[in-house]
Amino acid sequence: MAFVTANWNPLGEAFYRKIELYEMGWNLKDGLRECLVAAAPYGGPIALLKGRIRRSPSARPQLEIYSSSGLPLASFPWKSGVVKQLGWTVTDDLLCVQEDGTVLVYDLFGGFKRHFSMGNEVSQSQVLDTKIFHSPYGTGVAILTGALRFTLATNIDDIKLRRLPEVPGLQGAPSCWAVLTQDRQCKVLVANESQLFILDNTACTPVTPPGLSPEASSIVQMCVSFSYKYLALITDSGHVWMGTSNLKEKLSEVDTKIKTPPKQMAWCRRPKSQQPSAVVMWDGLLLVVGESKETIKYHLDDESILVPELDGVRIISGTHHELLQEVPGACEEIFKIASMAPGALLLEAHKEYEKESQKADEYLREIKEQSLLSEAVRQCVEAAGHEHEPETQKTLLRAASFGKCFLSNFPPEQFVSMCRDLRVLNAVRDYTVGIPLTHTQFKQMTLQVLIDRLVYRKLYPLAIEVCRYLKTPEYQGVSRVLKHWACYKVQQKEESDEVIAKAVSVKLADAAGISYSEIATKAYESGRTELAIKLLEFEPRSGEQVPLLLKMKKSPLALSKAIESGDTDLVYTVVMYLKNELNRGDFFMMLRNQPVALSLYRQFCKHQEQDTLKDLFNQDDDHEELGNFYVKASYKEKRLEARIALLQSAVDEYYKAKNEFSAKATEDEMRLLRFQRKLEEEKGEPLVGFPLHETMTMLLSVGLHKHAEQLYKDFRVPDKRFWWLKLKALAEKEDWEELEKFAKSKKSPIGYLPFVEVCIKHHNKYEAKKYVSKVTPEQKVKAHLAVGDVEGAAEAAIERRSESEISTVLSRCSSTTDHLLVERLNRAKATAAKK
Amino acid sequence: MAQTERRDAPELPDFSLLKRLARDQLIFLLEQLPGKKDLFIDADLMSPLDRIANVTILKQHEVDKLYKVELKPIVSSSDQLCFLIRPRIQTVKWISEVVNSDKAAGRFRRYKIIFTPQKFYACETVLEEQGVYGDVTTDEWNFYILPLDDDILSLELPEFFRDNFLEGDQRWVTTGGSALNLLQSVYGSFSKIYGIGRCAKMVYESWRELMEEGEQRTRQPEFAKVFLIDRDVDFVTPLCSQVVYEGLVDDIFRIKCGSVEFGPDVTSSDKSIKVMLNSQDKVFNEIRNEHFSNVFGFLSQKAKNLQTAYDKRRGMDIQQMKAFVADELKGLKQEHRLLSLHIGASESMMKKKTKQDFQELLKTEHSLLEGFEIRECITCIEEHINRQVSMIESLRLLCLLSITENGLLSKDYRSLKAQFLQSYGIEHLLTFANLKQLGLLEEQQAGETLTVMESKVGKLVNDKTAGKLTDAFSSLAKKSNFRALSKKLTLVPKSGEEYDLRVPRDMAYIFSGAYIPLSCKLIEQVLERDGWTGLEEVSRMLNGQEFAVTGGSNSSEARTKTDAQRIVLVMFLGGCTFSEISALRFLGKERGCRFIVLTTAITNSARLLEALLDNHP
Repeated sequence: MAFVTANWNPLGEAFYRKIELYEMGWNLKDGLRECLVAAAPYGGPIALLKGRIRRSPSARPQLEIYSSSGLPLASFPWKSGVVKQLGWTVTDDLLCVQEDGTVLVYDLFGGFKRHFSMGNEVSQSQVLDTKIFHSPYGTGVAILTGALRFTLATNIDDIKLRRLPEVPGLQGAPSCWAVLTQDRQCKVLVANESQLFILDNTACTPVTPPGLSPEASSIVQMCVSFSYKYLALITDSGHVWMGTSNLKEKLSEVDTKIKTPPKQMAWCRRPKSQQPSAVVMWDGLLLVVGESKETIKYHLDDESILVPELDGVRIISGTHHELLQEVPGACEEIFKIASMAPGALLLEAHKEYEKESQKADEYLREIKEQSLLSEAVRQCVEAAGHEHEPETQKTLLRAASFGKCFLSNFPPEQFVSMCRDLRVLNAVRDYTVGIPLTHTQFKQMTLQVLIDRLVYRKLYPLAIEVCRYLKTPEYQGVSRVLKHWACYKVQQKEESDEVIAKAVSVKLADAAGISYSEIATKAYESGRTELAIKLLEFEPRSGEQVPLLLKMKKSPLALSKAIESGDTDLVYTVVMYLKNELNRGDFFMMLRNQPVALSLYRQFCKHQEQDTLKDLFNQDDDHEELGNFYVKASYKEKRLEARIALLQSAVDEYYKAKNEFSAKATEDEMRLLRFQRKLEEEKGEPLVGFPLHETMTMLLSVGLHKHAEQLYKDFRVPDKRFWWLKLKALAEKEDWEELEKFAKSKKSPIGYLPFVEVCIKHHNKYEAKKYVSKVTPEQKVKAHLAVGDVEGAAEAAIERRSESEISTVLSRCSSTTDHLLVERLNRAKATAAKK
Repeated sequence: MAQTERRDAPELPDFSLLKRLARDQLIFLLEQLPGKKDLFIDADLMSPLDRIANVTILKQHEVDKLYKVELKPIVSSSDQLCFLIRPRIQTVKWISEVVNSDKAAGRFRRYKIIFTPQKFYACETVLEEQGVYGDVTTDEWNFYILPLDDDILSLELPEFFRDNFLEGDQRWVTTGGSALNLLQSVYGSFSKIYGIGRCAKMVYESWRELMEEGEQRTRQPEFAKVFLIDRDVDFVTPLCSQVVYEGLVDDIFRIKCGSVEFGPDVTSSDKSIKVMLNSQDKVFNEIRNEHFSNVFGFLSQKAKNLQTAYDKRRGMDIQQMKAFVADELKGLKQEHRLLSLHIGASESMMKKKTKQDFQELLKTEHSLLEGFEIRECITCIEEHINRQVSMIESLRLLCLLSITENGLLSKDYRSLKAQFLQSYGIEHLLTFANLKQLGLLEEQQAGETLTVMESKVGKLVNDKTAGKLTDAFSSLAKKSNFRALSKKLTLVPKSGEEYDLRVPRDMAYIFSGAYIPLSCKLIEQVLERDGWTGLEEVSRMLNGQEFAVTGGSNSSEARTKTDAQRIVLVMFLGGCTFSEISALRFLGKERGCRFIVLTTAITNSARLLEALLDNHP
């Protein structure tokens, strides 16, 4: 424990420490010399392009990818053009920027994913320099072309190239430049000798860093902090200027007294730290500069690179991998020599306690007296998070746990989650995994992203363990990992479809929220259609199956799946797709076998495409429906000729459908229409389009009895109907004379009671009475009553000796006026009842 | 009266929550389009919308003017147009035209379409085809259920019937599933689900899928059981004339979205009055389930009571009078007003219904149900057609004849059809095609031998006797499902017995004791047997597709005897009639449970048949 502070170096108020992360597992003959190196932040992978300088025409450069601990992930000879720059995306993809502005994208294992171009202008004037940067929008690429112009893409997944304005007075390559994100815009900061410009979308603005020492004639190197908030410059006079990146404020300036331009410079500043500090690297020398005049000097044995991180700088050399950072506050409080901070006292107390010394109590009492125990526990927990060595972590956590025993209401969450986090961090920091994350970085990157990273590295079991251990909801955790695993699995060409489908289904069976369709999509993309179909069988949601099936051109299957789902929207999607995809004949054939889809499409056609509807029926030889179709079309048609023509078509179809009834009915209608038109022309009565019944009524009401009779005969109208019709029509017209003639013309098929009733309805008692005598005996009573002749009714009823009829009459008599009648009826009723 | 509530009747859940949910979502959607806007509403959404959010609420959320969708060019000066519509291709097409004509006129407006209850892909396709997809924003108002009364929930989708059963368009199935899912998420899960019919099965499937997708919430359920039933399982019931008060009011005055407009003949003034008909109306609540013949007596008794209540005033001292005016008078006045309205309505109905025609119609109907004197019935129907009494009524009788007789003899079929076409025009060929497709009006597929025999007999004797003979023959050969069902389930009580309509003994009272509605009988039987066991033959005759599943909530919990266990939700797919609701209310009282009806729409014979006419342009 005494050694914790051994690697600390003071600088101003703070301390800096350099800890070794790994001894690199790679075996590089020449170290990093003459290599193009790119290491991803957050402990990401390292890419090397070796042998860039061709020694012989046949020699090809070698591209190698390693984990942070130097374990090889991929290695292959580079066969494309000259690479200017390597870089990593936020999703652990490798970007290789070529001289001609083409960017090739590889995955972590050297698999080629895609390529894109940075535009014509870049490919013409070639790439001079490139920077790959990360912003809230994703990973961006900035290029300085041979024509000394900048081209920028803020997000390589959604490429929108922007060409920035010209820098005035720029003759050759600028001495240095950087990309920074400000006000939700990516800008480029360019130094041309001592001049500094900010380039944004529209303008090139000259700027001056406030208080930059005037001795400098050129800015030779610059760097922007991880958060884009701060900027550091170094001049040819050896001055390091640090300030905010908006160039409004100067934080400090230090004279390094080294006039040679540095190889690399990076910010080394942890969040919330008070002191700005940067690391500057020359050959064999590393300098930490901060606010004070002093600097920390480290000697470098080997060619190294700096990888800026959120809370420090990683230094990678041919043999070692180290982390240089400001000592976090909590650690400083606890471990600083002779510290009296509560955390330090608690650690001491715990040490004494382990030794079974009563001094433990003294220390504890000291903390408790100041009532700082909870603060002490907090410090220990926090410091544990910042320590890299598991032993130190343990010691601190044990001390915290010890202190916790003396607190009654201390919330345990912080302690518990720290223990869990550290366990995960130690697991991923392991040499075999090689992700040297600090706790701060882990919190910033979130567990989600860490899981993703593990998945990219195909460390599925570890990822699942982590999810389970941290109790991530299955949907975001285990299931997601399994899905990635399955997506990877289906690409393994050496295994058969059956084996893979089985393996996938077994593993994924009980995981919640698995989308088999996504996996199937992957299988399809890697050319395994059969496997994709097999996998889709496992997909419970038809809605997810259908789009992929369509993509795979398995339209019949897609259609039946859609129908199975009972979701008409889905069926519709497929139908519309098929409509555009297939030729009409095939399309109709397919619909024919799927009644649900067919009726759906018919519905659509009814509103949108009448003609298609007809074709559909034609295709099916559905003459019945075709007939109906023409009939329907006919009554939308205004012109009579066209209307009759349509009806004729309907007739033909009905005959084909062997529906003679409809055919005849339609023929009748045509006949009727012709008749109506003829009459309309002759007599000027509007008749066309009315039903037969109406037509006859109208004819009668205007006195065209002959024509009505003609229709009656021609259309074989039943007698009863005609009599009813004529009766009503004449009564309506109040043509009583004609009515009487009609009644006498022959024996009425509907009897004469209707005559009586209709007359009464038109309030003509006189006429009604005329027909009472003609009524059949059974209806006599009713007829008499209808005309209000109670006595007549009574006569008839008595004559018929019907008890019920007598009662009916009785109910209509009032006992006062028809006294005698009532008596008679009662008597008759009695005799009728006797019988 | 038998209509007093049982004391142990379970409490019904509070459905006003559904209204509140719908209102909140609508307001949210309206606020998505900030600023003043004109709102275009589908005509048939007007009344339901009014029950959810009235004009004042709409105005509060910056709706400037309200228009009815009329599929005509619009006159609006607003820069923002909002369309609240059912997802129909026609309406969307019209909106596209509006947008395109604005474009042609160089006018810039913002358009938003709110589809309710959901949007369909077909509608979006139309927007795309018309080239306006990018110009409008679309949204969904998930207004699935409108509570019409304490125990009636409606989807207000009359087109469900035609779309699903005639056109074979199943797009509303998911709507049904979503509605059930909504009820479940608000009121807790169901312990047992029964159903019959193809659509019922599909709705259940779609609901099940939603349940699986959604989060599982274990809550104390507020319903125990659900029964899903397709309208085409029972067409007889909705085709019968309704004689229970509420049904009769619907048949004659047409209840729309829970309210009815009484014309001047009822109000005995020159104005029409709109009345809400639900359990809030004390007078109506007492007579709604009564057979019409009892209503008048009840109302006059009520009038007398009211008079007595008024008469209490006499002999009161000042104090008492003060109390009377403060407490009772208002209630009495209110009751008075309602009473006079219902008396007016009854009188008006009485006038229409006691006419000869109606009595004969009822007689015909009852004969058909009993399968008696069919020849006379046919003559009667023929006369009905010939005299052009009423087209819909004629169709109704024809259908009833066909269903109860399992199709018409070819001869009758043709002659009746021909008569009908002569009366009402050729376009009804299409109506007949539709009716045939639904199995409502069919030609009997008589066996070969029968036709041969028939023709031989026909030659020998005169027409009338031949008719009777054929009747006899056909009844031998017929495998009439309705007859068999009626026998199996004893739907038609033995004739000849007196049926006291004042003290109903079974559900048949809703049809004057002549017929127990098949749909309700099925529900009763299935609930009694807790499934379909023992009803195999019945379900076979109804084309099967029956199911019974134990629902989401675990069974041990469901066993607990709570009120909820005695509440049954019945979902009618394709509409239900007020008579059926009355029958279920009666059944509930008998069994000590309560039924809640969830229907796609309230229907009756006229609505049912009108939906099948083919004069839609």
